[in-house]
Amino acid sequence: MSVDMKLERSAPQFITHEPLLHMTNISKRYGDVVALDQVGAKVYPGEVLGIVGESGSGKSTLLRMMNVQELPDKGTYHLDIETEKPNLFDVDRYARLQLQSRHIGIVYQNPHQGLLMKHTSSGNVAERLLIAGERSFANLRAKASDALDASEFPLERMDAPPIELSGGMQQRVQLAKAIALEPALLLLDEPTTGLDVSVQALVLDTLKRLQQDRKITMVIVSHDLGVIRTMADRVMVMRRGQVVEQGLVDQVFQDPQHAYTQQLVHAKL
Amino acid sequence: MSLKSLSKEWEAVSYGFLDASAKRELRRKMLKAVAVPGCQMPYASREVPMARGWGTGGLQVSLTLMNPKTVVKVIDQGADDSVNAASIRKFLTRVTGAEATWDTLEATLIQSRHRVPEEKLTKDQILVLQVPNPEPLRTVEPNMSIARQMHADADYSRMWLQLYEQIVRSGRVMQGASYPSMVNGRHVMTPSPIPRWDVPKLHMAEHLTILSAGREKRIFAVPPHTRVEPLVFSDVPYKVEEHGDITCARSALKGFFMNEIPNDDGTSSYEVSDSNLGIKALNAPEDASQKIGETWYQDGEWAQ
Repeated sequence: MSVDMKLERSAPQFITHEPLLHMTNISKRYGDVVALDQVGAKVYPGEVLGIVGESGSGKSTLLRMMNVQELPDKGTYHLDIETEKPNLFDVDRYARLQLQSRHIGIVYQNPHQGLLMKHTSSGNVAERLLIAGERSFANLRAKASDALDASEFPLERMDAPPIELSGGMQQRVQLAKAIALEPALLLLDEPTTGLDVSVQALVLDTLKRLQQDRKITMVIVSHDLGVIRTMADRVMVMRRGQVVEQGLVDQVFQDPQHAYTQQLVHAKL
Repeated sequence: MSLKSLSKEWEAVSYGFLDASAKRELRRKMLKAVAVPGCQMPYASREVPMARGWGTGGLQVSLTLMNPKTVVKVIDQGADDSVNAASIRKFLTRVTGAEATWDTLEATLIQSRHRVPEEKLTKDQILVLQVPNPEPLRTVEPNMSIARQMHADADYSRMWLQLYEQIVRSGRVMQGASYPSMVNGRHVMTPSPIPRWDVPKLHMAEHLTILSAGREKRIFAVPPHTRVEPLVFSDVPYKVEEHGDITCARSALKGFFMNEIPNDDGTSSYEVSDSNLGIKALNAPEDASQKIGETWYQDGEWAQ
């Protein structure tokens, strides 16, 4: 506890810490379309970074690159997880898969992307643990139910396949799967879009609690300013593949500088 | 010296049905398969006078390995007298001049579908298994290119996930045949649809096993003294079928893999699946030459 207090009262993290996630100069084109243009990002340990922007602004592309699912034309990406910090866009496929499964968790907007719909929910979580080499059935059960419990999934349904579950429950399974290995970085791609408002609030509540309990570093992409305001510490506003504004959430939303951000904030209010 | 003087005279048929180039390719692929145990090697599966899916893979391997001194045994589900086994045996002996036998101990080459004989195979014997589906990952990864990458990465976690699902849904591992097994600690293979009962027979065996899928054009092998470990959870042991206590209704043999035969009154009786073992047991009282050799299982228990 005393350590935490000290952290909170000392200088800001960008002075005391190395960023956990460090991306520089990311550029990506799809034919003539510029998806990302010289984008950089830093996320510090325990911090939640929100990325907002309209459809096609490049925010999801950036998130896919953070998950090393997609490679940019140019740019570097380092994660501060091991002593060696190679550019993750240069590592081979095997190392990339290891990294994805052990250190990065991701929750997709569409659960079909992230889950095996016909396997059991607990099996979906267990898959992550199996990739990490867990080979004891009892341990798999226990750890899977721990992860599901942490994401506030009703445990009596842990062996139901996700296809039989509601949208909110499916997101909780995805979340449990993402946090099962206690990743260094949790990526959330529009995690609550498509859920109705009350369920949205419950899922956000779970996320918030998880973040506070476990101090997980998160990057959350959303076009919903409400979600970002609730969840994020810092926000990055993207438009046409560029970061137009970034800063603390309160700062940016109270006093938007860029014309597009102003528009965005006013449209919301 | 001309090229002609080095080559054989043209003949209308070649020995062992397959032409020399086909056999050479098969030999090379078998050597590769033996060099990397359990790894699937692609080969150009040739046409043989039999429909794909009826054992053409095993047949091609047998044709390549056979010579006039070979003694061949062919079994189908443990039986020597089933139609498929009988016609393959007839074809093999006709095109190679080799001798045929029903006796596991006499055979030097055994082509089999679905079973490994109950009597222990020795270092002088080769077991050829017909494989319908050589890819153990097919059930968990329909995309073959990705499955190939998973083999390269030794990423078999999905196979365990499959077992996890079976235990969660049914309370036990439901995989009956083709039980996925790790070969030499590196490649997971499907040991063709042999029952769980037979998988331990491949582990650290004296004999060479070659598995060949004709339709899928893949060869893989388990060389002698190679580890073949069924995939299991560390706390859920591997179990073979519970046939140890069943007695054969015809030969009175006990403790071997049995075929269940439904009776008219709804009950079932059992007879030993390895049919020649049953025949030997029946003839043994009159004919001393019909001696049952050493078996892998004794009294229904795995004999070390």
